[in-house]
Parts: sequence; structure tokens; C-alpha cells
Amino acid sequence: MNPTDSLRLLPEIILTVTGVIVMLIDASLRPGVARRPLGWVAAIGTTAALWASLWQLRLPTGTAYFGTVETSPFTVFFHVLICGIVLVALLLALDTLPEDSHHQGEYYALVVFGAVGMCLLTGAVELLVVFIALEISSISTYVLAGYRKQTGTGPEAAIKYFLLGSFATAFLLYGIALIFGATGSTQVYEIARRVPTVENHSLVVASLVLMLIGILFKVSAAPFHVWTPDVYEGAPSPVVALLSTAPKAAAFALLLRVVYEMLPTLRPIWSPLLWVVAVLSMTVGNLAALRQQNVKRMLAYSSIAHAGYLLAAFAGLGSSGISAAAFYIAAYAAMNVGIFAVITLASGYDEQLPMVADFRGLLYRSPLLGGLLIFFLISLVGIPFTGGFFGKFYAFSAAVGGGAIALAIIGLLNSGLASAYYLRLAFSAAQRPDDEDGRARLPLPQVGIAVGAALLFTVGATLSLGIAPGNALRAAETAAHTLQVPLDDNSAPDVTPPPQPQP
Amino acid sequence: MTELNESILTLILLVPLAGAALIALLPDRGKLSAWIALLTALVTFGLTLHLPAHFIPGQPGYQFESNTPWIASPAIFYHVGVDGLSLWMVVLTGLLAPVGVLASWNAIKERRKVYYALFMVQQTAMFGVFVSLDLMVYYGFWELSLVPMAILIAMYGRKNGPRAAVKFFLFTFIPSAPLLVAILWLYARTGTFNFAELQFLIANNALPAGALFWVALAFLFAFAVKVPIFPLHGWLADTFSEAPVALAMVVAGKLGLYSMLRFHVGLFPVQTRAIAPLLIALTVIGILYGACLALVQRDFWRLVAFATVSHFSLTTLGIYGLTLTGRDGAIYQTLNQGVIEGALFVLLGVLETRYASSQIASYGGVAAKLPRTATFFVITALAMVGLPMLNGFIGEFLILSSTFTEVSRSWAIAAAISIILGAAYMLSLVQRLFYGPESAMTAGKPALDLSFGELAVLAPLALLMLIMGLAPSIWMPSIEKTVIQVPIRQTAEGPRIVLVAPSLEEAGR
Repeated sequence: MNPTDSLRLLPEIILTVTGVIVMLIDASLRPGVARRPLGWVAAIGTTAALWASLWQLRLPTGTAYFGTVETSPFTVFFHVLICGIVLVALLLALDTLPEDSHHQGEYYALVVFGAVGMCLLTGAVELLVVFIALEISSISTYVLAGYRKQTGTGPEAAIKYFLLGSFATAFLLYGIALIFGATGSTQVYEIARRVPTVENHSLVVASLVLMLIGILFKVSAAPFHVWTPDVYEGAPSPVVALLSTAPKAAAFALLLRVVYEMLPTLRPIWSPLLWVVAVLSMTVGNLAALRQQNVKRMLAYSSIAHAGYLLAAFAGLGSSGISAAAFYIAAYAAMNVGIFAVITLASGYDEQLPMVADFRGLLYRSPLLGGLLIFFLISLVGIPFTGGFFGKFYAFSAAVGGGAIALAIIGLLNSGLASAYYLRLAFSAAQRPDDEDGRARLPLPQVGIAVGAALLFTVGATLSLGIAPGNALRAAETAAHTLQVPLDDNSAPDVTPPPQPQP
Repeated sequence: MTELNESILTLILLVPLAGAALIALLPDRGKLSAWIALLTALVTFGLTLHLPAHFIPGQPGYQFESNTPWIASPAIFYHVGVDGLSLWMVVLTGLLAPVGVLASWNAIKERRKVYYALFMVQQTAMFGVFVSLDLMVYYGFWELSLVPMAILIAMYGRKNGPRAAVKFFLFTFIPSAPLLVAILWLYARTGTFNFAELQFLIANNALPAGALFWVALAFLFAFAVKVPIFPLHGWLADTFSEAPVALAMVVAGKLGLYSMLRFHVGLFPVQTRAIAPLLIALTVIGILYGACLALVQRDFWRLVAFATVSHFSLTTLGIYGLTLTGRDGAIYQTLNQGVIEGALFVLLGVLETRYASSQIASYGGVAAKLPRTATFFVITALAMVGLPMLNGFIGEFLILSSTFTEVSRSWAIAAAISIILGAAYMLSLVQRLFYGPESAMTAGKPALDLSFGELAVLAPLALLMLIMGLAPSIWMPSIEKTVIQVPIRQTAEGPRIVLVAPSLEEAGR
């Protein structure tokens, strides 16, 4: 351990400090004082963490704290992505959380603490740190899911998420225990080195399956998806914007690390498993989404389907699969955060108008929101010149490159099917509003500076990923190349592996 | 002018997009958006006319080519260019843009801004389909062309827009899934999306034939839906009934027919030859089926939809007869149909905006009230029927005669029956709409004859029908030479592929 070790955790440290400051100020303010400025504090802290992650590119790839956390282009890619999502989610919450909400301060602190866990999760190369990071991020998101505790669905969402989530984490922990038993280590590189020589191979396989269950629950892939629609429906929309993207990005980073870095030799086992899960997720997600009338439930099923498309990238060999998956996560995050931002604004924090039919005439009531809604839906469908297209494109070309042509065909047919429900919402927004409709219409909130910036970020990201995906793809490819076990020139487990030359 | 030659296609792609951006930024006040759209469309049309003016017929390869890397991995190039096949398609698209704007002039009364902005995006997407020589870029524009179309149908549909829009979108989007997988498979095997390189590799048997069969089928399927070919025409009637006139006139036909010629016949000659008999049978069925159903329609949009199925099936027959004459005829007929359908849709739109009905039975005796409309309608109907001296005749004659002499007499005779049926439904449509006793509706509603804008659209189109019928030699040289050139280059490099009989040019040398 040396003093520069802490630099390798710089984003996490900044986020933790920010979270603690927000929490302390919140506690010392008298009730009734507006908590909104705390959101700006959190946003500034997250921006600083984002810059710190980018700065980490200057560090040579390597590990710190006795080989438990790693910095590499791979971790930087996901740190930047997660900090970006969290930043947008904070900006969104700034303008949409009700003014009189007395626990706004907690909200901002929890979001930032969740970000700490997610960032740490992508950087951890020691399974126990992985577990701790996962718990940090999960506990914050459990609380956030139940943020609207005055409604019936809020606590239901939180409890459901908590119970099923802890169950899934237990699977992960059990998997970690088994692999420790089989290899005698919990360090990812060590495990990767020892697995080929392990005698009790079935123990490793069992551990892989258990860990996969735990992770796939977090990314809400079928058949571990049942919590998703209820949680999305019950949680406030700004939380869902965060919940449907950032923890999933972190969990996918973990999945990439586990299958491609830790257990690449078990490819014959995990590849067919993920194939099945991918097909199940897309099909189940899309078929269920077709029947939904509630917009948030529909998007919940759509996110299950997107997890399936993303898993298709895992059929890709080596770095093509990793970079495709990383790119897809970025594209998915941009459009999904964007669409939830629009929905938050259009249906309001209290969600008086949650149904597809309620969005009728949105384009007429608010051309900006209606246009953005249609834009993000088009990206979700996967029309060229949007991020969603290149995400699907890379994922399925990785799958085709890896020989999984059937998977690509199933996936693309699914995305055709999916267009039916996306378009239903888009066309509903484009239709002329019913004026005879007796219901009092919700006044559309003004698009403030914070939300405006959030929308600008997401639109900019979705468009730039669709028109000039070159930079993001290069980052994803660089990240993919660093996701490998460093060369073994010293077999002692707790010595920092030598830094890798950056590609 | 040489600098312009390199960037002209990019300009053609960008000008409508810039127009769309301008419309989107300016306020939605009065007819401002419509005027900007008209101006943009005219400028674009002017730019497309640069192409035939500087096109060198018979020069091998593509002209006005531009090829720059876009994305490094996978290697996607912004590669555009035209040859004799796409040249006139681009010009036709350019011509139909101002026609579409003028046809929407009075029909679109609200939210003009959204309408014209999306209309302009649609133009870019269609130009993109015709000029792309990189498979991914092509696919991008192909998909992009669906979006403005679907949204406009949903927003401006007559009765049940969203339903028709979803139907249209699903029918055309789902088949493009196998298309994308096929393109990705080609890339995984060859490492290139470049059309000419792929053409060369496939011609030299660089790819396994068994897999190519499925790849070719995926391409064909996506295009056949778009044309549409029997039995994949289910979306057309609903789309025609709902879509705004300016979009209905471009939704079917040329995109699919062009794509078939370029990317199915052009890329997979062996597979094309294998599947041609099936397609010939399907197209003849489509010709007769469309014509028979057109005879019994009560709604004129649906009548035109089935007439379109019949006519585009005939054009497809020309393509898959795999004769040179047939293909030249098919290309020419695609252009003819573009012009004729453009005029026909404008005229039907005129009737519908005046009388707010598309039921044929509610019309009657309109000729007395709208004499100029009736005149143009008769000219258009005669062109569609294939009267000699009007343009429809040339294309149909080339297709049917080549089918008769070189492909199969019985299929040709069966297809030729449709000429009679076509005359029957078109002329009876004219009779029921414009002549006979005045119906209660036409008597009850006073209506004005063609406005200046409508005349400005219809007169040039009618003139064009006459010129294209009398002097096909203006168009034919560039079409003939380029279409011949594709197989020749293949035979020069890979002697295995002899798709068509040696060309006239070759024989003459």
C-alpha cells in the first residue's frame, strides 16, 4: 500500500465526502428551510467525481489497496457513465421534487451514496469488495424506491425490491463463498489464474451459476425480472430514471468482469446460459410490454427487453463482445434517462396521468416535450442516426461475429415487435388531444435550467452516439482491451500486479 | 464544376435537412413553413438536375462519387454515388418534392411546421437510399425513411391514422430485421460494407453458396414488402387511405424496386436466378389479383392501392424476367409510375379536399363542375392504362414483350390480361367520378376548379407524361448503358457469372 493508492479511489472519495456534507447540512438545517440548494451541492460533487474519473486515465492501469480495486480505461468508462447518469438524475430531481418535501436532503445524499457503491462496484477486483459495493448501492436504491411513502405503491415497491434484492445478493455471496472454497482466493485475477487447475471443477461451475443469478437479478433479466414493473411503477419517475440505468450499468460491468476476466475458461458454460437468458429477456419483456397501458410499467418491460439485447453482445468473442456491451450500456443509459426525464415532466411528480392514453396530444400541449418523447422512443426502437441503433448494431454484430446468428435474428425480430408499443406511445403523443375530455388537465411544468440541462445532456448523448459513435466506441474498445488478467510474474496473492501498459 | 460534382450528392442530402432545421426553428405562423419547404424542395430539385446535365452515359462505375470514412470500426464509409440506375430515381424524387409540397398546400391546415419539417427529413432519407453505396449507410437511410412517414400518417391520417401507421411501420420494419442480420453476416465474413467490393467478392464465390441463399432471401424479403409484392401487400391499402397525399405518392414502388435491382439482383445474381421463377409466378398473381380487386373497390384510395399492387408487380416482373429489355423497361416504368401516381394522388387529393369523401359512389358528374380537373384526370388515367404516346405504354410494352419473347409466353399472356382489366377499372373510375348524372353530393357542394398551385403541379406532370411517352430516348441511353455495365464488369472479373445474354454493346464490338 502506498500513498498514491487513494488516487485510484478518488471519484469514490469525492462522492463520499459530498454525500456526507449533504447529509450533515441537511441535518443541521431547521425544518422548513428549502433543501433545494443541497441538490446543487450534490451535482457539483458528482461533476467533480466525473472529472476525477477522467483524470484517472493518466494513472497507469493497475490496482491499489492490496489488489482490491483497479483503475483502467474499463473502470474509467463505467465511472464516467455512472457519474453522468447520476448527475442527470440529480438535475432532474432538482426541478421536479416537490418544493415542500422535507426529506429532499436525504434524497440527494442517498443518490450520491448509491453512486459511491456503483462506482466502487465497477472498479473492484476483489469479490468481497464487490459484495460490499453492491450492498452500498443496493441499500440506497431500496430506500429511494420507497421515496413516496405516502402512497400505497411506494412502500410496496421498496419492500418488494428489498426482499427480492437481498435474496439475490445472497446468491451472489454464496457463489463467492463457493469459488473461495474451490480456488482459495477471492481476488479476481487469482481466481482466473487458478481456475484452470482446480480439481473440483463442479464447485466452480456451481459458483458461476450462483453469481450469475445474483447479477442477472440486478440487471433485471428474465427470469429474474419480476420485481421490475412493480418497482418502476411505485418509485417516483426521477428515481426510476436512475434506477433503470446506473445500477444496471454497474451490474453489467460486474458481469463483464466475472465472465470475461474471471472465468473466461468457463465460456462453454456461461455462453449458452446467457444465450438463453438473452432470448428469454427480450421475448418476455417485449411480449409483456405489448399489453401494458401504464407507461412506466411498459418502460419497465422494455428495460427487461433491452437487458436481453445487451446480453446478446455477450455472445461476441473477446473484446468485440465487451466493447459492444459497454457501448450498448452507454446508449441505453442516455435514451432511458432521457425518456424518464420527459415522462417525469409530462406526467408530474404525483403521476396523475400515468397511462398511455393520458399522453394523447402531448405534442400539441408541449411541442418540446412531445418532440423529445418521440425522439427517445425512436431511439429505443433503434432507428439509425440515434444511439439506440448503434447500440443494437454493435451488440448484434458482435453476436453475429461470435457465430450466434439465431440470437441476432431473434433479437432483431424482437426489436421489430418492440416498435409496436413504442410507437403506440409515440403516436398517442402525436394525436390531436380530446377537448371533450372532462378531466382537469395537468398544467405542464416549466422546463427549468436544471431539467433543461438534463434534457440537453441526454439528447446530446443519444444523438452523438447515433451520428458519431466513433469516440465512444473507441473508449469502449480501449476499455475492453484492459479487461483482462494482468500477466502473472508474481504468484503471491496480495502483491499489487505490475501496471499494464496502456494500449 | 468539378468540385460541385464531388459534393453535389452530399448537398442534395443536406439541403432538405437544412430546410427541415430552418422550419423547425422558425415559428409556426401562417404558411411560412410551407413557403420554406417549397423553396427548399425547388432548390433540391434544381440540384438534382445537375446530375443528368453532367452525367456521362456509358462510363463504367459510379459518378459524382464521394467516399470518406465515417466510423472506423466497423468500417463504415460515407460512400455515395449514382449510376444510370439511380440517376433518374434521384431526379424523380427531386421532382416529386415540390409536387408534394404543393399537394399539401391547402390539405394541411394545422401544425404545418411539424408536417413540413418531417416531410423534408423524408426527402433526405429517400435521396439517401438512392445514392448510398455503403450497405450500412444504405440501411440507415432505408430505416430512417420509415420514421417521418409513420409519424405523418399517424398525425395527419384521415380517420384512423395511428392504426395505419403502426401497421405500415411493423410491416416494413420487421422484414428489415433479417436484412440487418444479413448485412452484418456479410460484414462478419468479408469485413466490408462497400457495395462494389461485396459485389466482386460474391461474384467470385468468396462466400459459401448455401448461406448466401438465405442472405439473398433476407434482402429480397425486405424489398418485396416495400414494393409491395403479393402476398406482402397487406399494409398498402390502409396506408393509402390514411396517408397525406404527398406521402402516399412516394410510399410504394421506387424505393423497393430500386433496392431490388441494386441490392438483390445486383448483389446476388446466382440466387436471383434461382428464385426468379417463383417471383415471376408471384408477380403475375399480383398483377391479376391487384387488378381484380381494384375492379370491386368502393373507395378510390383503396382502388388506387390495388391498382398500384398490380402495376408494381408488372414492373417487378420486368426485373425478374432477367432480360435486358425487361430491366430497362422496369426502370423506365418505375419512373413513369412515379410521375403518374404523383399526378393521380394530387388529383384524388383535389377531389377529397373539395368534397371530403373518398367513396366513389357518392361522386358523379364532377366534370361539369371541375372541367380542368377532369381533363387532367383523364390524361393521367390514360397514361396509367398504357395508351400509346403516353409514358405508361413504353414501360409496359418493354416488359411484356421481353417476357413474351424471352421468358415465357403463358406468363406474358396472363400478365397482359391486366392491361384489359386496368383499362376497365381506371376508365370506369373516370366514368363514375366525373361523368354520368350529377350526384346529390356534387350538386350540393359548390367547388372551385384547380387552383394556381395545383395547376402548377399538374401541368408539368402531364407534359412529362407526354414527353416520356414520345421521346424515351432522352432517358433511355443512360439507363440502358449502365444497366448493361453491371453484369459486364462482373463477367470481366469473374467469368462464372453470366447473368444475362451478352449485351448489345458487347456484341457490336
